[in-house]
Amino acid sequence: MAHSARRDSPELPDLSLLKRLVRDQLIYLLEQLPGKKDLFIDSDLMSPLDRIANVSTLKQHEVDKLYKVEHKPIVSISDQICFLIRPRIQTVKWICDVVNADKAAGKFRRYKIIFTPQKFYACEAVLEEQGVFGDVTTDEWAFYLLPLDEDIISLELPEFFRDNFLAGDQRWVRTAGSALHLLHSLFGPFSKVYGIGRCSKMTYESWREQVEQGEQKARHAEIGNVFLIDRDVDFVTPLCSQVVYEGLVDDIFRIKCGCVEFGPEVTSSDKSIKVMLNSQDKVFNEIRNEHFSNVFGFLSQKARNLQTAYDKRRGMDIQQMKTFVSEELKGLKQEHRLLSLHISASESIMKKKTKQDFQELLKTEHCLLEGFEIRECISFIEEHINRQVSMIESLRLLCLLSVTENGLLPKDFKSLKAQYLQSYGADHLLTFSNLRQLGLLVEQQPGETLTVMESKVGKLVNDRTAVKLTDAFSSLAKKSHFRALSKKLNLVPKSDEEYDLRVPRDMAYIFSGAYIPLSCKIIEQVLERDSWTGLEEVTRLINGHEFAVTGADPKSKSDAQRIILVMFLGGCTFSEISALRFLGKERGYKFIVVTTAITNSSRLLEALLDNNV
Amino acid sequence: MMKSKADEEDYWNSSKYNAFTFDDADDELSALKETKKAVNSIGPLLAEDGEEDWERVSWSGEPVGSISWSVKEMAASNQRADREPAFPKISTETPSLSKSQSGISLSSLFKGETVIRSLLGDSSLRLYTPELRKPKSEYKDLVSDWSAEETVQRLQQGKGVTLEKFRSLQDKLLLLDLAVAAHDGNAITAVLIYLKRTLCKEVLFRELESRQTALRHFIHYLTESREQRLLLELLRALGRTEEAALLQYKDYKNIADENKRRDFLKSCLSLQFGGEDGNHVQDHYTLLERQIIIEAADRKAEREGKLEVFQKFPRKASILNMPLITTLYYCCFYHYNEPEQPAQCPISEKQYFTTALAARAKLKNWTDVDAMFNSRNWLGFSKKKSPLSFQRVVDILQKNSAPTRVLQEYVGLVSDAELRIGLAQKHKCHDIVINTYRDMKDRQQLAEYRKKVERGSAEERKIDELLSNQQIRWKN
Repeated sequence: MAHSARRDSPELPDLSLLKRLVRDQLIYLLEQLPGKKDLFIDSDLMSPLDRIANVSTLKQHEVDKLYKVEHKPIVSISDQICFLIRPRIQTVKWICDVVNADKAAGKFRRYKIIFTPQKFYACEAVLEEQGVFGDVTTDEWAFYLLPLDEDIISLELPEFFRDNFLAGDQRWVRTAGSALHLLHSLFGPFSKVYGIGRCSKMTYESWREQVEQGEQKARHAEIGNVFLIDRDVDFVTPLCSQVVYEGLVDDIFRIKCGCVEFGPEVTSSDKSIKVMLNSQDKVFNEIRNEHFSNVFGFLSQKARNLQTAYDKRRGMDIQQMKTFVSEELKGLKQEHRLLSLHISASESIMKKKTKQDFQELLKTEHCLLEGFEIRECISFIEEHINRQVSMIESLRLLCLLSVTENGLLPKDFKSLKAQYLQSYGADHLLTFSNLRQLGLLVEQQPGETLTVMESKVGKLVNDRTAVKLTDAFSSLAKKSHFRALSKKLNLVPKSDEEYDLRVPRDMAYIFSGAYIPLSCKIIEQVLERDSWTGLEEVTRLINGHEFAVTGADPKSKSDAQRIILVMFLGGCTFSEISALRFLGKERGYKFIVVTTAITNSSRLLEALLDNNV
Repeated sequence: MMKSKADEEDYWNSSKYNAFTFDDADDELSALKETKKAVNSIGPLLAEDGEEDWERVSWSGEPVGSISWSVKEMAASNQRADREPAFPKISTETPSLSKSQSGISLSSLFKGETVIRSLLGDSSLRLYTPELRKPKSEYKDLVSDWSAEETVQRLQQGKGVTLEKFRSLQDKLLLLDLAVAAHDGNAITAVLIYLKRTLCKEVLFRELESRQTALRHFIHYLTESREQRLLLELLRALGRTEEAALLQYKDYKNIADENKRRDFLKSCLSLQFGGEDGNHVQDHYTLLERQIIIEAADRKAEREGKLEVFQKFPRKASILNMPLITTLYYCCFYHYNEPEQPAQCPISEKQYFTTALAARAKLKNWTDVDAMFNSRNWLGFSKKKSPLSFQRVVDILQKNSAPTRVLQEYVGLVSDAELRIGLAQKHKCHDIVINTYRDMKDRQQLAEYRKKVERGSAEERKIDELLSNQQIRWKN
């Protein structure tokens, strides 16, 4: 990137240690069931498991056959069965069915359930109720953290978001605290912890308790500071279309566990290929954080360089050629392959995005963020719904309208909801109920108009209505004060200024210069001030449970103080990660992002549809 | 390297229901040993002792120990009896072996077996198992003399507990409140399961009403374990009838037979929905009722082969359970010119227009499309009118692969000149581009556009004529 980056960025700690630890632990657990066994794996654990072990690792430890958990009768003939699952009641019920069916058939086997990352009492209660407690042994595999890249760690718990923020179930708080504790034991001690959000505070508490109960050994800290942030502090950012390469690839092709599957339209063959997307991919590493409009230019420059490198062969003597082949050619070939892949992917993105009138969509989003021409935006959304264009996309726009405008006017709400149900089906009544409960799509309450006015001019906002709203739904819904926050923190740069996306001047570049992500802006502000002082109004608008605690003074101003672990509870987007990488370069920090899962607008909203319970 | 990764992936995703047997030999063990060695070498870094001092903040953000903090704590703890010292000092005596630190099998602990000592030699595990010595408290395991505080703490740590000694309502609630205060969902649910088993519904519901966090956990637990009946009872007891209504309505998804489903939806009409939801459910019922009639008639017509449209465009799926707009589209596709049925669902003109336009365009019935825009004024002139912007009209037509001839007509009706030119260029409606530039008196743009049209074409001639026309007063 062409901006003036600080050159003295500190080195990141080696996160691959995390992988080795969990792999060894898994092996240990498998050895606890000696002899040949069949292994049943929850489907959503397969990709994470793939990142840390492979088939031969399992085979080495006497796993005979592998099956996916499918909630159907099983065909395994092994006399030992091991289940590797997330702690979910329905999965355990299925296992009970399996065991009881065996009993009825007079078949004797040994069963073991390995819960990951931990077991829940509710699951054991099922074993007890179904009369198989004792027939089945249980274990825990503390697979809390999966490093997806040198600066991204995922808990791979997408359900964290729905469980915590929609259902208000705090089952994962301890998990998050334990994950943090593990990082603290390996890379700490942390010297400072900042946070905002209810869940962040609970996670902090859980972590602190675990630190107290454990025995902290002093070591040389590799990570100095920690920032915890709840997803519901900022719903606007994940609802925006992503336009930075990595985010765009995620929006379109869905990156799963750091791996993307490019279909035939990209590979221009009848096969799909899966590609790991991380900093090991030199081409990807250079474009992942770029605004999409720069990517093509970059790729063609790269292609020219590659050509020059290949061309060096001409006029070489035998010896030189030999060196070239042994030292450079392989690298060039690899680069070549990656380059052509990313070029095809970009082409495919271009095609898709022009097809669905992406420009118009972006314009609508930008207007919503700016609070400009709202009527036009509403009629755009309405037409989008009427034409039955993507169900999720329509929902996304509705939510973005609601969170930026602090709710819809009753007549708009009524009409848009009715049209939505007519276009996409009446069963979305339940979706609307969920969205309301979460505060993502709400109707302005009578008497709130004044508040909206107030928030527009950035005046004090009374929280009485927020309380009322929450009471009325008896939920965790939060009132959005986006306009006031945007004004206070200058999230939307003035539109009359030209924004050169090739030379980004702030984090707004990740949204084409239209909006600085709220989540990242808060992090920037707090780090800059080294506290929440001066942000009182902001935290009040967010209603945020903010905190900042200091541990022992770091003995020296070591590099670790410039390594900041940001933990997103409820998910974060690739755009946010790009924004933080940008901020890090500007300020000489390095961020390590820990997230309960990588999210984007589709995942966020799909988690709130009602067909997944 | 990448290829082998991809293969690995393929393996996983293809391992659906069929079993796979490993028969290729691979030496993973040496790699594992190396890993262990590498991990082990990190050990010494952890050896030093040291201590940390964390400033503590309370839930509300005030420093622990401050007056306002302790006042709030008191007020908040009126339900809980004796709260454990708020934020105890770090002490090495504290029972440890919290599960997150423990690399060893917890089930062994849970069942009171002895800790597998051999593990202690494995420093890779010790890395995040700073404390593996068996704490004294372990030995109390089989004796059920844990206090409520200790019990909750053990629950948090995933250890075995006996809840049976908490028999008085007061004790049970104390346990619940302590679990809630610990913010541990797993512990809260564990206590709730016990309460559900040992308290009658009335008492349990009553107590949960004033405990919102616990209540949310209970609702989630019942949802997950699919105890619908109890959940409904709970919601009704709490007066949350709207939620109860939605929950009941949701059950229609489990009814496959359309007639039974329709009857079920009818029975839902008497439920107390919130806001407009009652009307939406009514619409849902009416829609399904109509769909059943349409489906029966069309299936018959299709089978008998009497209607040409069904043979030319065979139905891809049944219309049952489709959204209203899809049903409307279907009707505009197969039944457009039939005598109109009275509309029962209030939809806007725009919705109707959008859908009908798409359906007729899909059939490439441009006459019908054209007719949709016709309206006559009192002089009898026809003028094209649309409730939808013409830009959007062009969009819909183009998506249904309308020929340029058709598109041109609607592109010409886009009122904004810039937008019109953009669309015309995109869809190669040369005449419109040329005429618009002429009307804008933009000589430069017109000359520029000449380069884009085909050599020797009629368009090129037209441009040449215009450019040499002396009567036009060009602005540039």
